[in-house]
Amino acid sequence: MGTYFQTVEFGASKLARWIIRHRWAAICFSLALAIVVGSGASQLEFSTNYRVFFSSANPELQAFENLQNTYAKNDNFLFVIVTKQGRVFDPQTLLAVEELTERAWKIPYAIRVDSITNFQYSYARGDDLVVEDLISKPAERPVAYLRSREQIAMDEPLLRNQLLSPDGLATAVNVVLQYPEVGHMEVPESVSVAREIRDALAKNYPGMDFHITGVSMLNNAFAETGMLDGQTLIPIMFGLIFLAVWMVLRSLVGSLVVFSVITLSTVVAMGYAGFIGIKLTPISMSAPIIVLTLAIADSIHILISYRGLMREGMNKIDALVEAVRVNFLPVTITSLTTIVGFLMLNFSDSPPYWHLGNMTAVGIGSAWFYSLVLIPALFSMLRYSAAENSDALRSQRWMESFANFVIARRKPLLVAISLGTAMLVSFIPQLNFNDQWVKYFDESIEFRRDSDSAQQYFGLYPIEFSVPAMGPGGISEPEYLHNLEDFADFLRGQKIVSHVYSISDIMKRLNRNMHRDQSDYYRIPNDRELSAQYLLLYELSLPYGLDLNDRINIDKSASRITATLDRSGTDEAKAFFVATQNWQTQHWPKYMRAEPTSASVMFTYIAQRNFDNMIIGTALGIGAIAIIMMLSLRSFGLGLLSLIPNSLPILAAFGAWALLVGEVGFSVATVASISLGIVVDDTVHFLAKYLRGRRERGLSREDAIRYAFQSVGHAIIVNTVILSLGFLVLYSSAFKLNADLGLMTLLSINFALILDFLLLPALLLLKTEKKSSLDRVSLISGDTETN
Amino acid sequence: MLKCLIFISVLGLSALTLAQSDDKGFEIAARSDRSDLGFSDSEVELSMVLRNAAGEESSRRLRIATLEKENEEVGDKSVVVFSTPKDIEGTALLSHAKILEPDDQWLFLPALKRVKRISSANKSGPFVGSEFAFEDFTAIELNKFEYRFLRTESCGSLQCDVLERRPRYDSSGYTKQISWVDQTDFQIRKVEFYDRRGDLLKVLSLEDYRQYSNGAWRPHTLHMENKQTNKQTTLRYGNYVFNQGLDDRDFVKSKLQRLR
Repeated sequence: MGTYFQTVEFGASKLARWIIRHRWAAICFSLALAIVVGSGASQLEFSTNYRVFFSSANPELQAFENLQNTYAKNDNFLFVIVTKQGRVFDPQTLLAVEELTERAWKIPYAIRVDSITNFQYSYARGDDLVVEDLISKPAERPVAYLRSREQIAMDEPLLRNQLLSPDGLATAVNVVLQYPEVGHMEVPESVSVAREIRDALAKNYPGMDFHITGVSMLNNAFAETGMLDGQTLIPIMFGLIFLAVWMVLRSLVGSLVVFSVITLSTVVAMGYAGFIGIKLTPISMSAPIIVLTLAIADSIHILISYRGLMREGMNKIDALVEAVRVNFLPVTITSLTTIVGFLMLNFSDSPPYWHLGNMTAVGIGSAWFYSLVLIPALFSMLRYSAAENSDALRSQRWMESFANFVIARRKPLLVAISLGTAMLVSFIPQLNFNDQWVKYFDESIEFRRDSDSAQQYFGLYPIEFSVPAMGPGGISEPEYLHNLEDFADFLRGQKIVSHVYSISDIMKRLNRNMHRDQSDYYRIPNDRELSAQYLLLYELSLPYGLDLNDRINIDKSASRITATLDRSGTDEAKAFFVATQNWQTQHWPKYMRAEPTSASVMFTYIAQRNFDNMIIGTALGIGAIAIIMMLSLRSFGLGLLSLIPNSLPILAAFGAWALLVGEVGFSVATVASISLGIVVDDTVHFLAKYLRGRRERGLSREDAIRYAFQSVGHAIIVNTVILSLGFLVLYSSAFKLNADLGLMTLLSINFALILDFLLLPALLLLKTEKKSSLDRVSLISGDTETN
Repeated sequence: MLKCLIFISVLGLSALTLAQSDDKGFEIAARSDRSDLGFSDSEVELSMVLRNAAGEESSRRLRIATLEKENEEVGDKSVVVFSTPKDIEGTALLSHAKILEPDDQWLFLPALKRVKRISSANKSGPFVGSEFAFEDFTAIELNKFEYRFLRTESCGSLQCDVLERRPRYDSSGYTKQISWVDQTDFQIRKVEFYDRRGDLLKVLSLEDYRQYSNGAWRPHTLHMENKQTNKQTTLRYGNYVFNQGLDDRDFVKSKLQRLR
């Protein structure tokens, strides 16, 4: 028996006695710590900007910010009106559109409103250029006027498929916003006005449906979903955990103590987040749920030992001290490994995962502290009767026979489990990344439902190209405009593109207007100065808020083409981006080439980016955890061996996911490192007890395995059940990234249980047969070093 | 009964104060407007520098000739001729300002060699991509607005009367403007423009006022900042030339082609 373990455990028992002696001081200190750190939680705010998902170093984000600074911000509301009977160009619907257009200006921070009614329609009347709203006062107009205006709208490339569906049954009103970005209530403020307008219109115009989507609704949905999760999942979590602990401990006081441990840990984690200035997202809002789930494990292990010792006849204080002594090392190691796993989330490219990782790490650190301090301090004052529990005896007997089974059937088990795992792992290459931000939310979220409805008529995923021209004023160059036109034609030919906005269409229309609306002049002017002067004329005719400043840059040396995609599956989008680049290389002079940029582009690449980064993080995590295991178990061989039951469950979970779901969002890139930190706990507890059996009790390998099953088997199962419950709750999140994370982690920890119970014993015994000398050497060396 | 009387008299008094401040507002605006009178026509060259949120700049040069109408019920006439950028050199915009109706405007396009009338009810948009609408920097027609006196406060080294003016015509891009008129020279020092939501949209500062020999004051630097988009435009005026003997015949569309 190594003195290293004795030293650690002697220290632990001294600590426990000291805490019990100074229990009031310990309790006061614990509470004070929670209050001081927890007060930071009052500064927590929800982020209302999807950009929080991207680190400032993200190149796609930088490109997009650049574009927005050059032209205009792209925050928007897209109102979609769908007629239930009749058409968009019926007076009643047009009245609704006109009213919506007018009222949308009242939305806070709106800087531009585009609709089919205020569309600036230009035409020639003799030598006049007439520019007017496409529709005004629809109620007073004859049917012929409305029909002719409908035809104009249908023929207008800027409207068709963008603000008017080709079947004439749906229309959209687009509101562009510019937030000052000084307060966090700006987005909710605008959203509430937008919703008021929608509700008022829905009441006045029962013949149509109104939906709102757009970037501002997306941003708001992040905050609303996070809040919803916080309001529903966290209370459910508290209730479930309380129930589970109560069922395990069969003691109300005991459950209350555990409850206070996990509550204080969560409070500290949230307080830390507030002090650091973390902006809450649905992702970081899963931190309290995860902390609640994980924080409980330490307490459960200590209390199950405590109960067993009491049952063996020990007195209360001695049993408490002994429970702390035997659990101190495994509890510390598991906390450390879990913390390491979560800290590795800092390798992610997406800041909310940094927040999740750091908040959970702090929560687990505090759970470790509170379990070791509050449990001895509080239980030493409580009456806790370890009543004779037939269940516990039965479970111990069951564990024993299970251990015998595993030892007897180790070879078939080894083969079966290895094959099964290998089969699952072989499915991993079929995993398919897909990040569509609309689908981040489930149907319980209004944004998702509205976007789904809107998507039946209009594309929701704009892709921007800022196309440079040759120097200031260069956008009027015929070559440039012809090239724009060709590219727009190419884009319109793509299957996933629903609409293309290019100034070449405006130039063609103006050229026709300038030639008395003769249709053969519907083409790019062949003179640079002519185009420039048309543009000047047109700009002079536009009303406030409908200018071209959001399409053309300040010195007219670049313009912006927008292709709107009607869907944006990651693979399809990537293929589309590549196709645009290939087309440009073939058809455009070098100076014009423009890369796609937009929120959709950012989300398209975020999975790959996160995955690449998290591979490094996860590899480092596995290495760090193996080293922690080697050092704390004082066994190189066991530390190395632990890699197998630690990493296989994650691979198996990925394989199972590929088989069951197939599609993953970028959150799964972080699952490996989160699961790793958690699944390692079972291995730690099992191996720690196995080693105690070998070293302290001098048992044979088989008996040490039996001993490990008897002493921690029950606790490991209980913990796995509680963890499964916790991640099941996370799985029920309305936010898909959380749900994915929950389900995937759930799979990993259950695979971990299977592997720890069925494969690990077989591996330990396999070592006996083949590498027993190595094992012995490492055990002895561990002993001699500390001697 | 007594209460009722007090109530009525308070009501009456406040109505009176309100009416007075309206008159006062108009008086101040009118005094400021008239302090620039005393000439019949003027001509000036200016540069317009645009700056976007990313800090990029672009400039244009233009020349404005104005024919002032003595009668406040009739609008001024003006011609704007662009000299740079080169693509729009010689392009000339003729404007006949109206009080309550949309202005009449014609544009001569040298590349097309034609004059086109701009028939648009609402021209409140940005002038050649700048932060100025045409209505912001051409001579302000007194009667296009109704006025309300708000308060007196210091503005820089001067004391200013603060007025609110609301457009009397339909197609303005603004719901109201707040202007600061100094009490020494009666010149407008600053204007805030409020959008149709009533939120602050733009702030115009008028600087570098010089008084010409005919007594007329002119600002020579106009700086407009859009508070919502953070875009800016600066107008820098050269020296004004007054009374060159221009008349109505110089402000007709047939003259536009020869202004290059």
